[in-house]
Amino acid sequence: MGAWLFDPAHWSGPTGIPVRLLEHLGYTLLTLLIAAVIAIPLGAFVGHTGRGGFAIVGLSNALRALPTTAVLILVVLWAGLGDFPVYVALVLLAVPPIMAGTYAGVRAVDPMAVDAARGVGMRESGVLLNVEIPNALPLIYGGFRGAALQVVATATIAAYTGAGGLGRFVFDGLALQEFGQMLAGAVLVALLAVLVDLGFAGLQRLTVSPGLRPAGTGGKR
Amino acid sequence: MTWILENWERFWEVTAVHLRLSIVPVLAGFALSIPLGWFASRSAKARAVLFPLANVLFTIPSIALIVITPILIGVKILDEINVIVPLVIYTVALMVRSVSDALAAVPGNVIAAANAMGYRPLRRFLTVDFPLALPVTIAGLRVATVSNISMVSVGALVGLGGYGQLFTEGYQTDHTEKVLAGLIGTVVLAVLADGLLLLIGRLLTPWARAGR
Repeated sequence: MGAWLFDPAHWSGPTGIPVRLLEHLGYTLLTLLIAAVIAIPLGAFVGHTGRGGFAIVGLSNALRALPTTAVLILVVLWAGLGDFPVYVALVLLAVPPIMAGTYAGVRAVDPMAVDAARGVGMRESGVLLNVEIPNALPLIYGGFRGAALQVVATATIAAYTGAGGLGRFVFDGLALQEFGQMLAGAVLVALLAVLVDLGFAGLQRLTVSPGLRPAGTGGKR
Repeated sequence: MTWILENWERFWEVTAVHLRLSIVPVLAGFALSIPLGWFASRSAKARAVLFPLANVLFTIPSIALIVITPILIGVKILDEINVIVPLVIYTVALMVRSVSDALAAVPGNVIAAANAMGYRPLRRFLTVDFPLALPVTIAGLRVATVSNISMVSVGALVGLGGYGQLFTEGYQTDHTEKVLAGLIGTVVLAVLADGLLLLIGRLLTPWARAGR
């Protein structure tokens, strides 16, 4: 693997490691953006009103059982090759954890805080945007980071239908019986997953109120 | 749906393989996670090692692990063990935390009462701690089972069996019905397994619903 990974020839050109890394990162970030735009408002609205919670939890669980490979292949068969099927499959993968995290987060906000917000005269939109969502951020990030890990890992299979990303090395290596290339691709994906998670952990520290950080996590027994 | 009916034997065959490839790792992973989870629930040091390790293992993509496993343990790429080992790893990574949290949540006064009645450690674990930890443990097991059932399909990308085979064959022959058949099979299997575990959990813990 080392020989393949550190060969300078594999670090340049349109099929080199940097290009594939950026493609993989591109799939991941755009997927997460689309999924967040769909899932956070839905989860927050249902969490705020308390209506449809059962449907949200049921829908998330059903979507979780959906095999991403099959979704990807189906969309390719219907709509043709390209990046579109990759995004459909990955967004369907990312929506459930983000939606479930947002819903659980908003539900778990201290009712006293919500009551106080209404008591000082906030409108419902203000209660949701200025009290519930900021307080729910740790759980929203929890769902979001879980989704990010899954998307980075699963974006690998995009290469199965000829799209780009780090999966190219895995599938090309498999086709050519080059285990060094396969292994290098696998390790790069795992590495990217850790880096993306660290990035979002940093974002979480910057955007979540210090008052919401968990106090000491010492166990009792 | 017509594809399933017209190719019932083939469908049944891949269903059996898929079931085997997802159930064996769940059982093995569950068995491994009980002692590990027990250890983690007793020792903060064990937690400090096991929990971050479990998180890191979870970040390794399944396709990557399936590809790496044969190189690491020296078997052919088409050996079923290449799907089983990664899924055992994911199951343990998920279940260690569930088992540990579940055991840590057993009320201290119950444990004190069992000790006072003279329960020996092993008997106390089997008849008091573990049964009381079952609801949370089974919740974790349900997540692990559903994700395993969905993940087995990835193995087909390197040529292994299960519903994933219908996906790859359907893709190569432009046969949408075949892919749909595999997708339906996966979701039905996941829903059935989830429901079965829910039912087993209810039967095993009748006290959890007492007085409601």
